[in-house]
Amino acid sequence: MTGTAAPAALAAHATLAASAPGAISAPPIEYSQLGPMLVVFGAAIVGVLVEAFAPRPARRGTQLALSLGGLAAAFVWTVVIAASRQVFANGSPGHTAIGGAVGVDRPTLFIQGTIVVLAFISVLLIGDTRFSPFVAQAAAPPGATAEQEGLAAGAMHTEIFPLTLFAVGGMMLFPAANDLLTMFVALEVLSLPLYLLCGLARRRRLLSHEAAMKYFLLGAFSSAFFLFGIAMLYGFSGSVSLAAIASTAASNTSNSTLLFAGIALTGLGLLFKIGAVPFHSWKPDVYQGAPTPVTALMASCTVVSAFGALLRVFYVAFGNLTWDWRPALWVIAVLTMVVGAVIAITQTDVKRLLAYSSIAHAGFVLTGVLAVSTAGLSSALFYLVAYGFTTVGAFAVITLVRDPGGEADHLSRWAGLGRRSPVVAGIFAFFLLAFAGIPLTSGFTGKFAVFQAAIASGETALVIVGVLSSAIAAFFYVRVIVLMFFSDPVPDGPEVVLPNVFSGTAVGVGAAVTLLLGIAPQPVLSLASHAANQLFVG
Amino acid sequence: MTGSAQALAAQATLSATGALKLSWLLLAFPLFGAAVLLLGGRRTDRWGHLLGVAMPVAAFVYGVIAFFTLLGESDRSRDLHLYSWIPVARFQVSVGLLTDQLSICFVLLITGVGSLIIIYSVGYLWHDADRRRFFGYMNLFVAAMLLLVLADNYLVLYVGWEGVGLASYLLIGFWQFKNSAAVAAKKAFVVNRVGDAGLSLAIMLMFAEFGTMSFTGVFRGVGSAGSGVTLALGLLLLLGACGKSAQVPLQSWLLDAMEGPTPVSALIHAATMVTAGVYLLVRSNPILALAPGARLAVAVVGTITLLVGGIIASAKDDIKKSLAGSTMSQIGYMTLGAGLGPAGYVFAIALLLSHGFYKAGLFLGAGSVMHGMNDEVNMRRYGGLSNVLPVTYVTFGLAYLAISGIPPFSGFFAKDPIIEADFGQHGAAGKVAGVCALIGAGITAFYMTRMMFMTWYGRRRWEEHAASGEPHETAEPLAGGSVQGAHGSAEEYHPHESPPVMTGPMVVLAIGSVGAGAFLIINHRLQKFLAPVVGAPPNTHGFFTAPGIAATALAVAGIALGWWIYGRVPVPATAPAGGPLTVAARKDLYGDALNESLLMRPGQWLTRLSVYFDNRDIDGLVNTIAAAVGGTSGRLRRMQTGFVRSYALSMLAGAAVLVALLLAVRL
Repeated sequence: MTGTAAPAALAAHATLAASAPGAISAPPIEYSQLGPMLVVFGAAIVGVLVEAFAPRPARRGTQLALSLGGLAAAFVWTVVIAASRQVFANGSPGHTAIGGAVGVDRPTLFIQGTIVVLAFISVLLIGDTRFSPFVAQAAAPPGATAEQEGLAAGAMHTEIFPLTLFAVGGMMLFPAANDLLTMFVALEVLSLPLYLLCGLARRRRLLSHEAAMKYFLLGAFSSAFFLFGIAMLYGFSGSVSLAAIASTAASNTSNSTLLFAGIALTGLGLLFKIGAVPFHSWKPDVYQGAPTPVTALMASCTVVSAFGALLRVFYVAFGNLTWDWRPALWVIAVLTMVVGAVIAITQTDVKRLLAYSSIAHAGFVLTGVLAVSTAGLSSALFYLVAYGFTTVGAFAVITLVRDPGGEADHLSRWAGLGRRSPVVAGIFAFFLLAFAGIPLTSGFTGKFAVFQAAIASGETALVIVGVLSSAIAAFFYVRVIVLMFFSDPVPDGPEVVLPNVFSGTAVGVGAAVTLLLGIAPQPVLSLASHAANQLFVG
Repeated sequence: MTGSAQALAAQATLSATGALKLSWLLLAFPLFGAAVLLLGGRRTDRWGHLLGVAMPVAAFVYGVIAFFTLLGESDRSRDLHLYSWIPVARFQVSVGLLTDQLSICFVLLITGVGSLIIIYSVGYLWHDADRRRFFGYMNLFVAAMLLLVLADNYLVLYVGWEGVGLASYLLIGFWQFKNSAAVAAKKAFVVNRVGDAGLSLAIMLMFAEFGTMSFTGVFRGVGSAGSGVTLALGLLLLLGACGKSAQVPLQSWLLDAMEGPTPVSALIHAATMVTAGVYLLVRSNPILALAPGARLAVAVVGTITLLVGGIIASAKDDIKKSLAGSTMSQIGYMTLGAGLGPAGYVFAIALLLSHGFYKAGLFLGAGSVMHGMNDEVNMRRYGGLSNVLPVTYVTFGLAYLAISGIPPFSGFFAKDPIIEADFGQHGAAGKVAGVCALIGAGITAFYMTRMMFMTWYGRRRWEEHAASGEPHETAEPLAGGSVQGAHGSAEEYHPHESPPVMTGPMVVLAIGSVGAGAFLIINHRLQKFLAPVVGAPPNTHGFFTAPGIAATALAVAGIALGWWIYGRVPVPATAPAGGPLTVAARKDLYGDALNESLLMRPGQWLTRLSVYFDNRDIDGLVNTIAAAVGGTSGRLRRMQTGFVRSYALSMLAGAAVLVALLLAVRL
């Protein structure tokens, strides 16, 4: 693939050189370097065509194959670019493509690769239709005849697959966007399909609709802030390019109100997506209401993507201003860790519990971000990989524990699960231990890495808060383990279904990676530190 | 002595090449066996024992190849770096295998004698339903012991050390359904922990002082360390060795460990486990060289143990417990040898190797007798068995001559130099140790003669016992190797010779019992071979010097005494009351009582005290914090109202605060 990439890139540069200065010309498009995103978007568009033209019975299989194939191809392409000698020739930190709109560099490729793999696993969960978590027809009200007929026919909203692919494509573009407008477009591309996907749950329909509505309203609200922030930054620097903002910030000291208000508001848009306190309130409601496979997608891929964008904006555009934004982000990180851990203690719904746990984990990654160093970047990258796989695995387990009316979300239903289904309960306990950061799991290695990076940058106080809140967090993880293994099983408790190929793969891969990164983290740590070595391309 | 030891520690260690590059195979074979047998479950029941035998034998074959490869080289120390285990800043630990003169000796002993014992087990446990599990554990045991002796640093050695502890726990408690076996396994584990604590403290001290745990690094660093450090290291290592090698004061587990199947006892006593402590001391010779105080302590421990073990062995009627006491005593000799410095290391190893043969022979012989006697262990119910089990009788007899120190059998050549070396030491301590060792030689001959007469000669007390109709005491369940089902009631004994799969290994071991000592000692074979690792004794004597003659004379006297008491007159079928020493020895010289009053009771009080304070103060504090956090959680939770409008409001407030924070920084 690199072979074909070379002439294309050369031709693109030739066009750029030939165009006269000042003249408006179409920016060169380095197709080969944008390949992974193009493949995913392309697969999504083909998916839409499949919806339009393929007969209904053939759609699910086709869509599933298309989605998985597209994601696999995107992953391979990402690896090829990362290994390409041309993109990273002579120790270059990478390229910017499409006239500087998209960055192609090692951290971005690492993040994109992670997103694609996690999305692959999430699509497996989405494709597991045995207990179809999705409505047959979104327009049919619960209990209506159309709904019954659709279920009986085994129908499914197969639009879910192209929607997922669009969201994943947006997630891949989000951290790669090298100017704020592209980033905003990516944000919307990833968000809009997710709003829809959240509302497609078959059971507890109202909860699902409510989640979609809340997510949409608050998402739009935060997008507005983000856009407003972009406007301010444009007002300050006269450009939306991250590099231009950085250079203006370095030279120009007037108009700092515009600059800092801009930092605050763009930051807000990004912090909303990762669920940092006080912009977290959507997370528990949405995670609870959305169909569990979609929650898995959001909890893993969206978080990874949003952190990628956050890292890029704060490291590239505001990289010279660390002394200015660090205190504010410090406060946010502390709040996020503490509030996430503390509120999680009193949760009784397992998906809400994991939502608050995800908030607390966002705080832990923020400590890595706050280190503002290559070590901080690499530790944050590693943490995202570790957390992403564990969380996908954990949500996959949740899909297996079922009541007659759907998943058994209430924690009281999980009492004594360890007696009746020791393997499933054991794996879930293992994931919880990983969330808690117990050694021999990836969670420990990840926490160790981010805390180490933060201490090296002099953020000892932050690390102390982090350790204390992980102690609080450990309480509610262990509480669930105690509930599962040391309580008497509830009468007519939930049924644990045997995982099939789809959910089995999701659980298995999640558990395997969690264990592997706990026992032998070195290869992935090296990969992350190699990726982070030269930071983002400016 | 100091100078020579340091020079020796610097023997050049080359990277492994050629056949020695495959030394990981030594671990891989038994580990593979253990993994297949333990993970394979019932599917491997039918052929499991074959794999269980094949893997140690394969390791032995490789060991022999490695040995001859090493013999062909001039520099005989090879290090094989496997992988970097813990690479964290200054804390660098790599997993590497050191094949040198010392470790190859142990490899041959462990795999050679170990394989013979495992072959024997095929016959011994033929009827046991859990035979596959047994072979899995035995392979694990061999693998752990090999890791222990092949490690090129103390931390990996510690992994093997703990592995041996685990495997012994599993094997001693193999018949878990017997309460006594479960208790004995737990006791062995707990007592070993005390020793393990010593070794782990030593390793931590090494890292704190020298920043490394590799043998080369520690031995290099110890030269410039203070005398306090070397003394502490030496004593801590001794504590570790006491646990594994069952030396006073950590000897109590060994006698109880007889609850395991007899081949386990043979493996623990002859080829693995108890030799680990001696290995640790000899391997750490550069540390001991600089810590004369620790060396003295080692010699004292060895001397006391060799006497205590002998006395216990003389009083036990249980054949296995008597042999266990004998092992304590023999390991005491080795420890004493290790305490003498370069004058004794090589002889300690020589005794260890020859002991491996004859002690394995004795245990397998005892197992063979039990196999034919419905697992009867009480020697007072034996007698006159020499015609019934001829092969066992002859092999047992040869091992008996070896351990009693009768020239020209193995034990004489191996034990005598240690006694000689005692008298060769300067100062009174060496002489005292020498006299004790001489007395020990007499005791050894006495209790072994006692065992011989009680088992093989005299009236057939088992016939009388069967006629009297009392139930017999079994040490092992009837399922374990017994053919009782085919022989009628439990009261009747039908002793018979064991099958060839059991007698074969015994014959091979008997050959070793006869020749090993002479082979190793004559012409200074072992001494020359091991000199680069442990140093050479300053001067060597002939064999028939005054101490040598005295030792032989005392051995003969011990045999004569044994005959006087147990051969001349019939052995009573029930044990006589005996004098105070006999009573004390039957109770293991009150070792358990001592442990209980000195360690267990204070430990229990300490636990109770801690629990009291934990409940009152610490839990109080913890509960207060927990209640505070929980209360906060409940209050914060109310902010999650479910209304989008309040969420949006909180976001807006957050935005205002964020902007204010950023602008405030600039002010």
